[in-house]
Amino acid sequence: MTPASQSRRGFLFRLGIFLNVLGAALVGVPVVGYVFGAARRRTDGQSWIELGEVGRFPVGETRLATYENPISVAWDGATAKVACWVRHIEGDRFQVFAVNCAHLGCPVRWFAQSRLFMCPCHGGAYYEDGSRASGPPPRGLFEYEYQVRDGVLWARGGQLPTLSRRV
Amino acid sequence: MSTSGPRLIRSTLGWLEERAGLGGAIGPVMDHPVPRSTASWWYVFGSATLALFVLQIATGICLALVYVPSADGAYQSLLYLNFQAPFGWFLRAVHFWGSNAMVAIMTLHMIQVFLFGAHKYPRELTWIVGVFLFLCTLGMAFTGQILRWDQDAYWGLGIGASIASRAPGVGDTLVQVLLGGPIIAGRTLSRFFAVHVFLVPGILIGMIGLHLWLVLRIGINEWPMPGRVVNRETYRRRYEEEVHRDGVPFFPDAARKDMVACGVVVLAVVLCALVFGPFGPHGVPDPTLIDTAPKPDFYFLALYALFALLPPWTETVVILVGPVIAIAVLFLVPFLASTGEKSWKRRPVAVLSVLVIVLIVATLATLGVTVPWSPKMEAWTAAPTPVRYVKGRTGLELQGALVLQNKQCRTCHSLGGEGGQRGPALDGIATRQTRDQLIRQVLQGGGNMPAYGKNLSPAEVNALVAFMGTLRP
Repeated sequence: MTPASQSRRGFLFRLGIFLNVLGAALVGVPVVGYVFGAARRRTDGQSWIELGEVGRFPVGETRLATYENPISVAWDGATAKVACWVRHIEGDRFQVFAVNCAHLGCPVRWFAQSRLFMCPCHGGAYYEDGSRASGPPPRGLFEYEYQVRDGVLWARGGQLPTLSRRV
Repeated sequence: MSTSGPRLIRSTLGWLEERAGLGGAIGPVMDHPVPRSTASWWYVFGSATLALFVLQIATGICLALVYVPSADGAYQSLLYLNFQAPFGWFLRAVHFWGSNAMVAIMTLHMIQVFLFGAHKYPRELTWIVGVFLFLCTLGMAFTGQILRWDQDAYWGLGIGASIASRAPGVGDTLVQVLLGGPIIAGRTLSRFFAVHVFLVPGILIGMIGLHLWLVLRIGINEWPMPGRVVNRETYRRRYEEEVHRDGVPFFPDAARKDMVACGVVVLAVVLCALVFGPFGPHGVPDPTLIDTAPKPDFYFLALYALFALLPPWTETVVILVGPVIAIAVLFLVPFLASTGEKSWKRRPVAVLSVLVIVLIVATLATLGVTVPWSPKMEAWTAAPTPVRYVKGRTGLELQGALVLQNKQCRTCHSLGGEGGQRGPALDGIATRQTRDQLIRQVLQGGGNMPAYGKNLSPAEVNALVAFMGTLRP
């Protein structure tokens, strides 16, 4: 009588376990990568986006600008579009704000008369320079990096701005 | 002919039974004796929740036959369901009202079993599985709301991502996993579709099976009598004795009321569907249309209100730690009090806890409906200045009335009952603040009011304060 560890039955039992663990690993590792791969990026996911000619943004005013997100898929439809607030201070000095409230991401609206951004969700308010005026937001509006090239305004974006990724 | 029919049915059933043996397996489950006291209307909420779950599966499968889980097609397919697909509007309505009813009845079930001490020994695991079912059902409610791919869904995801982003260290990763990409778009919807249609329902079906198995194995909780305390040594023997002495078969004695309750909730859902119709979809999910005030469905209104009312400095901690503690407490309930009195008549702390929690959630949800903290964005053009406030005023004061209107003060301050409620109503402000206090408040803000120093000329401030000085009761 051979010990179970050396018998053919014992070998088959261990082979069975081994093959199944191997199979589970070969399928499981790609599954984890597939599901959580969205979180891994080779770059910071930002790129320069054309917002329009400087002339579209009158000095001293704040206007809504929209762009197509640089990273998108064919079936995004209208959700590939992103809006941002452009404040033209003077000359080549701008401020480009995300529409997302720094509190919980709702879209803030600009009120030219009182020169405030206001959020419809929980009543956060910001001054025209994006700094926090009142309400629950923990900070001012998220601001995009921008540059003016040949009379065209560009902003650097591509990610949903949140407290852990400030544009 | 009259006897061959039944004989054919009987022989077919006999043929099936010989091979499948389902009758032999299910028979004892149906006949198993339960305490006579449990054949009560208080014990119907669990089966009613199950009936609603079956309704959700049936209508959900039907909706999936038409619904397009794609960011560029979902909205259109919902409109198609509402207006073109035969009975599409009805199935959407039943699915929506069924989901509301399922959350509501499940909550009643949870409160009932807690007040009846059903979480105590030996049914701790039944409670724990029930908490998983509760959380999964809320997960279904949230993901289902996202599949209604409209403005509320889009910005609701924004709120979800903003909450996730507050997690220290892993916030950004969580947001990316949640959205399936860098922004809320096509891949996000596909994700939520898979979770809502495959993942969570699969978990729910498995968990419901386990929940029911535990109820059968340990027996349904008997009607709690004050003074009959749960004791680990004697409880099961006494339960067996009671069931043996005074038990009734589950079917039909106890099941009768369950059947009536199942029928009533399903009919109530159908009635709501017929009367109120389907819910949404509301505005098109175009992120550049920002004139929107997103709002969650009723089950998350309390949470939505909490986010507005928490002091900002507590928010991140409460948002992140609060749910963890709440869920942990739910799981720990059977271990915090696993023996002792079962009757609500001898458990004042338990009754008080339920009352306090229900009151808090109901109050917050009511506030979530009225949203007193939300600015009334259109008040400055839509709400007229009450006539009594302009009669007999000087030119300067009337100019001040115009400043108050044009500088959008009424977005947050009401006058004559119209306007926002974020700040105090301005009726009678002259009796509460002096001229100097008013000037200081307008220029410097404070107490949750923005400073208007840069936006108002001295002449405008002068006129505004002159007008406010006339606002007396």
